[in-house]
Amino acid sequence: MRKDYLRVGLEIKENVSTSSVGTFPKQVKIVEVGPRDGLQNEKNIIPTPMKIKLIDMLSEAGLPVIEATSFVSPKWVPQMADHAEVMKGIQKFPGISYPVLTPNFKGFQAAVAAGAKEVAVFGAASELFSKKNINCSIDESVQRFDEILKAARAASIPVRGYVSCVLGCPYEGKISPAKVAEVAKKMYSVGCYEISLGDTIGVGTPGIMKDMLSAVMHEVPVAALAVHCHDTYGQALANTLMALQMGVSVVDSSVAGLGGCPYAHGASGNLATEDLVYMLAGLGVHTGVNLQKLLEAGAFICQALNRRTSSKVAQATCKL
Amino acid sequence: MATVKKAPLWRLVGLASLRAVSTSSVGTFPKQVKIVEVGPRDGLQNEKNIIPTPMKIKLIDMLSEAGLPVIEATSFVSPKWVPQMADHAEVMKGIQKFPGISYPVLTPNFKGFQAAVAAGAKEVAVFGAASELFSKKNINCSIDESVQRFDEILKAARAASIPVRGYVSCVLGCPYEGKISPAKVAEVAKKMYSVGCYEISLGDTIGVGTPGIMKDMLSAVMHEVPVAALAVHCHDTYGQALANTLMALQMGVSVVDSSVAGLGGCPYAHGASGNLATEDLVYMLAGLGVHTGVNLQKLLEAGAFICQALNRRTSSKVAQATCKL
Repeated sequence: MRKDYLRVGLEIKENVSTSSVGTFPKQVKIVEVGPRDGLQNEKNIIPTPMKIKLIDMLSEAGLPVIEATSFVSPKWVPQMADHAEVMKGIQKFPGISYPVLTPNFKGFQAAVAAGAKEVAVFGAASELFSKKNINCSIDESVQRFDEILKAARAASIPVRGYVSCVLGCPYEGKISPAKVAEVAKKMYSVGCYEISLGDTIGVGTPGIMKDMLSAVMHEVPVAALAVHCHDTYGQALANTLMALQMGVSVVDSSVAGLGGCPYAHGASGNLATEDLVYMLAGLGVHTGVNLQKLLEAGAFICQALNRRTSSKVAQATCKL
Repeated sequence: MATVKKAPLWRLVGLASLRAVSTSSVGTFPKQVKIVEVGPRDGLQNEKNIIPTPMKIKLIDMLSEAGLPVIEATSFVSPKWVPQMADHAEVMKGIQKFPGISYPVLTPNFKGFQAAVAAGAKEVAVFGAASELFSKKNINCSIDESVQRFDEILKAARAASIPVRGYVSCVLGCPYEGKISPAKVAEVAKKMYSVGCYEISLGDTIGVGTPGIMKDMLSAVMHEVPVAALAVHCHDTYGQALANTLMALQMGVSVVDSSVAGLGGCPYAHGASGNLATEDLVYMLAGLGVHTGVNLQKLLEAGAFICQALNRRTSSKVAQATCKL
């Protein structure tokens, strides 16, 4: 009897909690940001066909939302220069969304021309971060979205809003929950259907997550909220757990934990989708994701990037 | 030169943000958590490379300087089984014993206990399991038989006023039995507590647990053992350690085992990572406003030292974020 110890964790399928009922959402929508947030922060640029293959593999794994690329100028983000080709090359599975980032109206127009059916815009909870990142104040950035939101509404294209630095800022340090609530409310009221609250530099801890969400939930319905945790200080899954306990049911993550952090050299990237799926499965929460196929997608992209996975689940099941 | 001026700030952003302490944590988490540092034992025991005695001693001294209240120094086990711990007596004699800090050692049998006491140990730990198969495969006897074997140690320890900590392995899953019932864990924990262990460390040995399972298990155990006498010992094999620990804290547990730099591995999952990293645990607790007494900067130095000695990269994310590349 030689049990495959490499798969022990995955095989204990009956290891599902019975006491979770009532404490966590029954279902969580995972927004896979690996092809965008992940690849955008990787040192190595991979060729377009490999990006397309990654996204197709993620679709096969059953992820309901896969952020495919960013229609940003290649001058700023060379890793996303092939946005139109990626958009045109990927298979569009029925029932799966493929949103793209559109930092400005020009990007929005290019995205629509390339076949995008959902877009995302970025705001920040920190004035300094907004100025340093996109060279304008938070209010100005929301005004800039207005053009995009009007056109998107006319074209029946849903717009997701990201708020950066919700648990801390590399420039301002501590961020007040009230400020995050104010920005989230603004973006929701101008038409974003969902607000993804990002711990951009991963400095947050569960109590701060709770304080921030308490404030935001006074202004935006929890069903319209998502959390986007970076694992820079190893807090991503714990912070996500707290968010789930608060009623959040949409979580952003990145296959293989791709990405890095421009503000902390050597730091890791996003919450790894494999590790998130593992936790949710154990909690008895439905995600629709096939972990085995997700692991294959992760192995593929890590080989393409010539890097080791940041997912612990993937590390535990790799054949050494 | 401008970029050099900016660089050091970013590396410490997270540490500076430690000022961002939650105000809503009051009442939800313990005010204080005792961290049991198991790096020198559980960590090193599972590392491929064996490091020389003086380096082990230096590691423990650095961990003492960092303010960890309990540092599991070594294991009085036969070198035949665990060569990494062969120098147990020298380590015990060589380390500085800081006042207010405990240096427990593992004693798998009475012979080990006697050697530990002779080497100056003032606290010991014994191991049980929540899985019959794991017990048989690991120490070649049933759970009941293992508890009987401890009896000799516990009697002698009581006579010598030496506290004994009890470990229960596989509390959230077993590589042989698979799912482990919370009732079984409660039964074993109760047994070890009743024969005299002052504290029961509940170990997710292969790291398969998730927060709901942790909650179910603790609910059962807390019916039999007071929560103040419980500790959790989470392995990060599947990346669940900190989330599982968070759940345990929410349940009232206030003693947490962890390993500097996340040292260790898992003999049941090749390539897998080891224990919860102490640096990442301290980071979370500081943000929660929970007192630990640990100096994170000095802890990071201890982690950097041992990783260099082992010629390996740290598994602590906090350490990775603050390293100078």
